Amino acid sequence: MMTSRPPKRMAIAIAAIAALRLMGAAPLFAADAASASRPDAERKAFQSFFFAKFPKVEKDDFGNGPYAVNAGMRKQWEEIMQFPPYDFALDEGQQAWEKPFANGRKYADCFENGGLGIRQTYPRFDAKTGQVETLDGAINRCRVENGEAPLAWETGTMASIIAYLAQTSRGKPFDISIPDDPRALAAYDRGKEFFYSRKGQLGFSCASCHVVASGERLRGDILAPALGILASFPIYRSDWGSMGTVSRRFTSCSAQTRAVPLADQDESYRDLEYFLSYMSNGIPITGPGTRP
Amino acid sequence: MRDEQAVSLETTRRMTLRLLAALGLYGIASPASADDAPGWPSSAFKANKQDDALKSLYGKNFELSDKVSLETPEIAENGAVVPVSVVAKLPNVTSISILVPENPYALAAYYKLPDGALPQVACRLKMAKTTKVIAVVESDGKLFAAANDVKVTLGGCGG
Amino acid sequence: MPTIRMKAAANGDVVEVQALVQHPMDSGFVKDSAGNIISAHHIETLVFECNGKPVFSAFWGPAVSKDPYLKFAFKGAAKGDSISATWIDNFGKTDTGTAKIA
Repeated sequence: MMTSRPPKRMAIAIAAIAALRLMGAAPLFAADAASASRPDAERKAFQSFFFAKFPKVEKDDFGNGPYAVNAGMRKQWEEIMQFPPYDFALDEGQQAWEKPFANGRKYADCFENGGLGIRQTYPRFDAKTGQVETLDGAINRCRVENGEAPLAWETGTMASIIAYLAQTSRGKPFDISIPDDPRALAAYDRGKEFFYSRKGQLGFSCASCHVVASGERLRGDILAPALGILASFPIYRSDWGSMGTVSRRFTSCSAQTRAVPLADQDESYRDLEYFLSYMSNGIPITGPGTRP
Repeated sequence: MRDEQAVSLETTRRMTLRLLAALGLYGIASPASADDAPGWPSSAFKANKQDDALKSLYGKNFELSDKVSLETPEIAENGAVVPVSVVAKLPNVTSISILVPENPYALAAYYKLPDGALPQVACRLKMAKTTKVIAVVESDGKLFAAANDVKVTLGGCGG
Repeated sequence: MPTIRMKAAANGDVVEVQALVQHPMDSGFVKDSAGNIISAHHIETLVFECNGKPVFSAFWGPAVSKDPYLKFAFKGAAKGDSISATWIDNFGKTDTGTAKIA
């Protein structure tokens, strides 16, 4: 019962052709010569697509996903936001963040500004490892470097801590940078390829739902546009009855589209998060969030 | 040691009696079973059908009234968490109950309003499938109600 | 960690109260990944008191959502007064929380 899907080469070719078209359009942005990098041009095109598809949605509202594009859903969300279910996680997160490690050092020692108000700059390209580092990864690296066991990735204390950190960044626009390093550009490109490639039994790519069918229903759910889709994380999903990080959502979505889920924080997922976050530069953080 | 025990037992007894009074135990038609919280109307909550729940709780029927406003979503974003809000423009409201007939047990929630409580309540309920939702308001001993339809479907993204 | 969070605000002579309670509210209809029913475990009563008097009482069945929410309003208290809430569930567990009316 496998649906036929275009070979991976063709998916790459499609992406490359799109990129070439964008490069061909570069002279239109000539005034912005310094920032007319390819990713920057691709980001502008990506955002223009969603601004055109959802003309009534304010730019700052894209971080609210399905609630930005459906009035009936929004009303329920506004009711729930009177007293959001992630409130308990916020308290737990702040307590966990402020508690010193056994060696006396704290999380705040590992981050600039004590980790507060910086969530919107993650993920980052780490020149030392040549890989993308997410905020989740940075938190666990801080723990391990200070003799603590790493936290589980999907929920629990990790989600509570990131909920707290996200809240200190609420309203700050995504500010992801791709440094002038071919490895960083390669990570961005791998993330982009992952986003547009069809996978699994159902042959869905992320774009199938979150670009092409964004704003439409998938059974009872409204599909969120990809623009700003990570801004609300971590989320309390009514479906889960608990908090979940980006790792929880990526792995569960892979499973739900009948693709083989990768391990939490697999390099491919980190590259995907890098690409998606960069595409959302300028969209304010709304996390932590609630979702159906 | 024995004095302390005596004091704490007495405190517990006083707290329990106050709690029972608070729950208006005397005003509830169906008693709690031995294991349930004091005052919890167990047979009303265990009734499958709407009529049995109402009979157990009130022993009478309701009439629909536009003085009861019931707000529910048209399509629930998730059947596990459906916001419900009731406001009644009626005098001397002593209780509000919310029924979800298509649920395994028809009675979802029951609220007792002492003097001073405004005739309104909002909460979040589980709905197993597309259903009517009925808010019943007890005013001067009579029952007035409003009913809405709520569509509940399977989620597509993890449902 | 306290299981009851409350926000109480006075608006003229009306006090509006919102409460969020951390509780699994298991309905007894859901199975775990091994296929076994998760027993019903839900709050049965949630009683609010202010100035020594009950001001609102909730009686809940398994159809109330997980981490339940409640909003109600009452007259007869003022800013600075204290309001308390106590829940009892079907396992006999209980907890109490308090908040000052803002």
